Amino acid sequence: MSDFFTLSVIVATLASGIRLATPFLLASLGEMIGQRSGVLNLGVEGVMLIGAFVAYFTLLRTGSTLLAVLLAVTAGVVMGLLYSLITLYMNAVQGISGIGIYLFGLGFTDLLFQKQVGTPIPVKGLDELHIPLLADIPHVGEIFFQHSILVYIAFLLVPVAWFVIERTTFGLNLRAVGETPEAADTLGVSVNRIRLFTILIGNSLAALAGAALALELGIFQQNLTSGRGFIAIALVYFGAWRPLGVMSGALLFGVVSATVNQWKTIGIIEGAASSLTSMAPALLTIVVLVFVSRRIDAPSALTKPFDRSG
Amino acid sequence: MKRTPGRRLRRSLLALIGASSLVLAACGGDDAPASQEPAATDSAAADPVRIAMVAPSAINDLAFTQSMYDSLQRVAKNRDITIDVSDGLFIVEDAGAAIRGYAEDGYDVVIAHGTQFGGPLSEIAPDFPGVSFLWGTSTDFQGLDNIYAYSVRSDEGGYVNGTIAAQITESGVIGVVGPVEAGDAKLYVDGFVAGATAQDPSVTVNVNYIESFSDVALAAEAATSHLASGADVLTGTAQMVVGATGVAQAEGIPWFGTQSNQTPLGADIVVASQVYHWEVILETILDQIAGGKLGGEVFELTLANGGLEIEFNDAFGLDADILAAAEQTVADLTSGAASTGL
Repeated sequence: MSDFFTLSVIVATLASGIRLATPFLLASLGEMIGQRSGVLNLGVEGVMLIGAFVAYFTLLRTGSTLLAVLLAVTAGVVMGLLYSLITLYMNAVQGISGIGIYLFGLGFTDLLFQKQVGTPIPVKGLDELHIPLLADIPHVGEIFFQHSILVYIAFLLVPVAWFVIERTTFGLNLRAVGETPEAADTLGVSVNRIRLFTILIGNSLAALAGAALALELGIFQQNLTSGRGFIAIALVYFGAWRPLGVMSGALLFGVVSATVNQWKTIGIIEGAASSLTSMAPALLTIVVLVFVSRRIDAPSALTKPFDRSG
Repeated sequence: MKRTPGRRLRRSLLALIGASSLVLAACGGDDAPASQEPAATDSAAADPVRIAMVAPSAINDLAFTQSMYDSLQRVAKNRDITIDVSDGLFIVEDAGAAIRGYAEDGYDVVIAHGTQFGGPLSEIAPDFPGVSFLWGTSTDFQGLDNIYAYSVRSDEGGYVNGTIAAQITESGVIGVVGPVEAGDAKLYVDGFVAGATAQDPSVTVNVNYIESFSDVALAAEAATSHLASGADVLTGTAQMVVGATGVAQAEGIPWFGTQSNQTPLGADIVVASQVYHWEVILETILDQIAGGKLGGEVFELTLANGGLEIEFNDAFGLDADILAAAEQTVADLTSGAASTGL
């Protein structure tokens, strides 16, 4: 255990925790925005996979990370339009529709990868962006200020999301649509238009989360996200539909995962204990979810389609 | 009943989706990339042996699944067989459905290429006594006479890799990224550790089983944590190692591969790879099936029977003396003069 409590190992673990948290954070923020407006999207995992493949393939073919990110986000917008069509205008059950999106993303990316790429080909992923002056602070710099740009974007989106939701007219309308869409409609708010925007935002962020994963790793493989999309959905509940709560959940999950990973690396835990402790991040999330669910209510109109004709 | 725009749109889209599905089904076919035409040219010859493979990862994963797929391709050059593949079936229930489906479709041989498929196989095989099932990696044919179990002495190649790793490490710390502590993965890791410590008892080998065969990101973080702990040589096994090799490539860390030749993942860093040649046992098994024996036996890949091969990456520039010593280790393990101790 003493090997873990060396400064270098702790610093590396915390930095790893932030890296691991980033895809969760991006996807969770997007899902949170959608859920605050009353839309549940269980297809986050599928959209992440699509974003991951588009980003990887674009980088592989063009060498441009900027283009890779932009096209991944565009793919997310396209998936958002599809999901909007299914849930807002065809009034399909949101849960089932989301699962369909997930299965589509899983199969489609696998097909595209097999046909367009074949064998996994490594690409040069995102470089670290050292924030001037801050990155040079001993230890703190390595933990917080020596990451890729998408890590910084993810965490900067937290105050942005808070501000938009809590301090803007759009955010007010978004919350109203998620709580009492009938009342919002009466006051002239277009419920489905608001939900369309939140779905597009949510899917864009989910695709960006996938892109962050693929560009960080510099590779794509079938089922690259390995269930991170579903964990991101759980983290929305964990965070009580608040940006800061979602960020806390993502960080908790990431740091616990990184800690378990480091403990296994240096042999603190091994054998059967290794299998058990691998469950720690998920178990912790479940425990906190149980406490949260007793105190915080979900948006009242979550998963309920709005039909103006009544 | 008044038709709302939403209902009209739903009906139109459903019709379009249904029509599109019919068109695609008509135009598409079996898109399994492994489908092979019979090699026989004699039109009067018997029907080719129909082989199906069910695997948990992609056929081009440069690891477990690709090793079997490549071997089947090599077998197909000399035998009249057809090959169909259902890959990427990491959900065991889906794999079970595929295995049963192939058996129901009259395939002669169904390969359940995954230790985790043993459960479904134990239920399926008795229902199809005329079908030969191959299951690996495993050393247990479950007491059934239509299951061949196959395994691999991956510890042998691991041992060789470990001896080399112990000689090239400068920090004295080596990192291993493993999936689940089972099957050929565990054997490889155990063999690697045995080889490294036999070569240099002062070397530290840190092993991290990430408890997943597919989590590439976690494998990458495991590799990163190894480097943070001082490792300057890495190895790993299973299909998620592409995450770890990415880290090794980015940091210029020597890498030892297994299951398939992993040089494409890092031409500058891959030192050597233990390559599985499943065709060594496939040929024997197919001969036995042709003779009427559908199972009830266990086969293993070893250095001695040619099922395992250590492929060195010339581009890495391994020291000539170390290379010679490694080749001697291979020879000793092959002849039985040396043992991994496992």
